[in-house]
Amino acid sequence: MEGNLNLTLKIWRQKNASVAGKFETYQVSGISTDMSFLEMIDVLNNRLIEEGDDPVAFDHDCREGICGMCSMYINGRPHGPNRGVTTCQLHMRSFKDGETITVEPWRASAFPVIKDLVVNRSSFDRIIAAGGFISVNTGNAKDANNIPINKDDADEAFAAAACIGCGACVAACKNASAMLFTSAKVSQLALLPQGQIEAATRAQAMVAQMDEEGFGACSNTGACEAECPKGISIENIARMNREYFSATFTSK
Amino acid sequence: MTKLDAKIPGGNLADKWTTFKSSVSLVNPSNKRSLEIIVVGSGLAGASAAASLAELGYKVKVFCFQDSPRRAHSIAAQGGINAAKNYQNDGDSVYRLFYDTIKGGDYRAREANVHRLAEVSGNIIDQCVAQGVPFAREYGGLLSNRSFGGTQVQRTFYAAGQTGQQLLLGAYSALQRQVGMGNVKMYTRHEMLDVVTIDGKARGIIARDSVTGALERHFGHAVLLCTGGYGNVFYLSTNAMGSNVTAAWKAHKKGAFFANPCYTQIHPTCIPVSGDHQSKLTLMSESLRNDGRIWVPKKENDTRKANEIPEDERDYYLERRYPAFGNLVPRDIASRAAKERCDAGFGVGTSKMAVYLDYAAAIIRYGQGEANKHNMHNPSDEEIQAMGKAVVKEKYGNLFDMYKQITGEDPYEVPMRIYPAVHYTMGGLWVDYNLMTTVPGLYALGEANFSDHGANRLGASALMQGLADGYFVIPYTIGAYLAAEIRTPAMSTDTPDFEAAEKAVRDRLETLMNIKGNKPVDYFHKRLGKIMWDECGMARSAEGLKASIKEIQALQKEFWSDVKIPGEIDNLNPELEKAGRVADFLELGELMCIDALDRDESCGGHFRTEFQTEDGEALRDDEKYAYVAAWEYEKQSKFKLHKEELKYENIKIAQRSYK
Repeated sequence: MEGNLNLTLKIWRQKNASVAGKFETYQVSGISTDMSFLEMIDVLNNRLIEEGDDPVAFDHDCREGICGMCSMYINGRPHGPNRGVTTCQLHMRSFKDGETITVEPWRASAFPVIKDLVVNRSSFDRIIAAGGFISVNTGNAKDANNIPINKDDADEAFAAAACIGCGACVAACKNASAMLFTSAKVSQLALLPQGQIEAATRAQAMVAQMDEEGFGACSNTGACEAECPKGISIENIARMNREYFSATFTSK
Repeated sequence: MTKLDAKIPGGNLADKWTTFKSSVSLVNPSNKRSLEIIVVGSGLAGASAAASLAELGYKVKVFCFQDSPRRAHSIAAQGGINAAKNYQNDGDSVYRLFYDTIKGGDYRAREANVHRLAEVSGNIIDQCVAQGVPFAREYGGLLSNRSFGGTQVQRTFYAAGQTGQQLLLGAYSALQRQVGMGNVKMYTRHEMLDVVTIDGKARGIIARDSVTGALERHFGHAVLLCTGGYGNVFYLSTNAMGSNVTAAWKAHKKGAFFANPCYTQIHPTCIPVSGDHQSKLTLMSESLRNDGRIWVPKKENDTRKANEIPEDERDYYLERRYPAFGNLVPRDIASRAAKERCDAGFGVGTSKMAVYLDYAAAIIRYGQGEANKHNMHNPSDEEIQAMGKAVVKEKYGNLFDMYKQITGEDPYEVPMRIYPAVHYTMGGLWVDYNLMTTVPGLYALGEANFSDHGANRLGASALMQGLADGYFVIPYTIGAYLAAEIRTPAMSTDTPDFEAAEKAVRDRLETLMNIKGNKPVDYFHKRLGKIMWDECGMARSAEGLKASIKEIQALQKEFWSDVKIPGEIDNLNPELEKAGRVADFLELGELMCIDALDRDESCGGHFRTEFQTEDGEALRDDEKYAYVAAWEYEKQSKFKLHKEELKYENIKIAQRSYK
């Protein structure tokens, strides 16, 4: 409840995938520090509509940091300046009066721009479809407590499963690698006894799909972990590499 | 009443589902391969249904408006999922889960459906664990449980405060597996804009590709709407921004009855509104009421900070009014109690429209527990605080972080400020026991239907219902319809019916674009939301509802003459999508008020100020209103009421008491 901000916004505008985009500059004033970043964009958009301009297209849905849909690259960082926060949970109290804020879409050839700040992340869905599951049909399951699972393993699997699939890891990576995303799913399932049966084929299939989508290689810089809004650990990449190499060496 | 046959199987309540499963028609595997099913929505109900039906061999198409099926709003469910496993040995059973759900719903749900839900609840947990859903576990490696409102057992399974996320990702994995195998065709960034009926049966949909704006025709032998609830009619709610009633409303206008539209759930623990800019509200999970204590100052208009108010000047009003259930009373009761205190002048925070949810006592209790565990005999206060906070962080860390992000206050140090907000809608499309609407071949699953929660849903039961419908109910019940469809070949969409449906959709979009008025969509949505919240929210009156119906009708007219939609029809245009949804909300809002006005009683989330007991509890009228109100669309602003009588053969109806 600090008071109001006047800001300069430099926002990437691009009509569709086949035309070039460019930055446009907008001034916004009277922005409450209690607003979320997306609410600030709402204010701008309603003004643009009233003035007869096309509002800025951006992806968003739950606005509580869990659906993974929002995806703005703010001042050179995915989801903006704060650690462990998605764009929708970023609040304007993190900015200063008079600041210039630059907003871009995720930049990666595997995430082509659809319009303005909206990109196509269906490559992530295809990576999961390649192997990010346990092959158990509905009705196959035995009693849930039949297989006790070490609490530490269950907690670690949960930590990996907390990935929201937003793509910040790809946007942060200089190689646009999807290793953190892919490894989080590989790790979650490899850590659980139910997932171990398919661990080898899973790692191989998901890595192959990741490569096919055009994501880059991992060079262990760690930007993905630093920018991940859900704190997904880079140790998952090491675990995926182990799974992948052991699968490659022992493959039939 | 011939139109409303709920098709409840005969026999004893506990045997109905088993008997049904053994006698329902089956479709043989080779016929399944030529039967096509359309699933709209990819949340818990949609993803689980699509995956399960594809596993059985049906050809499935799935549509969602988001960029990926994993974004569906089920992902945001926090606290947990109920199941009658009785792992805690605390006396739980299928019957108790059934009983708690009927009672929690204030005796306005259908017995047979609820019993089936309780029966399959355990299978859901088994299935999810087999998929790799990382539920919370105890040190012995077995699953952990916690309590939710309206129950006296611990039957809620959870994954920190992200249970919905983990369950949805499990269902999404199962769905993507079928996509990878070619059994499901996925259409993301597609919005269903109409149901196509041919000779009275649902035969497909018209969908708009949001990226190109192109309208598409899709055929299906059956259409499943798994499109969630309509809480966003209130503008501010805990729903996602895109959550909408459009698919269900289009179905309603094509003949599907809409049941109990006025039953909405106002969740007691949400972060209060901070200003006019607010675009949505954020829930603080009900699980927080396991350990947190809710209070307001005993003194009216107390301006002191929470930590400055001594213990004996705090009013723990839920513990005071409802000693048997305390802070874990059902949601409708907790919400009304918060409103009552704030209206009486005891609210806190700058807006005075909030109460405290306090963790100080829980932190000390957990800290002492840790000290005992580690044999620390004289722990300092600081040590107790630190250990207690660590335990709270493990249980609720993501929720506490979220609170801090939004409010800028640290809930480990000061009590959270909370206030009720719209969260869930118990009403929805009327369905029979098979989950079929009044349009043959058109089904509604999950929050989109009305069937299981009566007038108030218990916490951790939405996830249970969505997955029950998708994994374990529809795979059986759809056979009853499709077994008779095996001679129907896949139809061409090049027919007059599809053409007419597409044209109607196109005309409506063009009409919207051509209004070229002065006000953005949000302007109308906010005004509708305010009418709904003030007059059809936590407290309703005949007088207020009558006035609201007129106001909403006027707002509809204003919308259709003054809305301003920028951009183009054949490009990504979020404002056009929003406009279509708000146009439908404007019609639904009117029906909600009509329904609330018709129901001259209070029950669950529907509280009519004229009908309350002396101590302010909901006063039902079982003589006159023990029915499901199923509304048929006749024309603009004209709906016809059909009643499905609710018979309680296994439960004695009583005044609901949590004292």
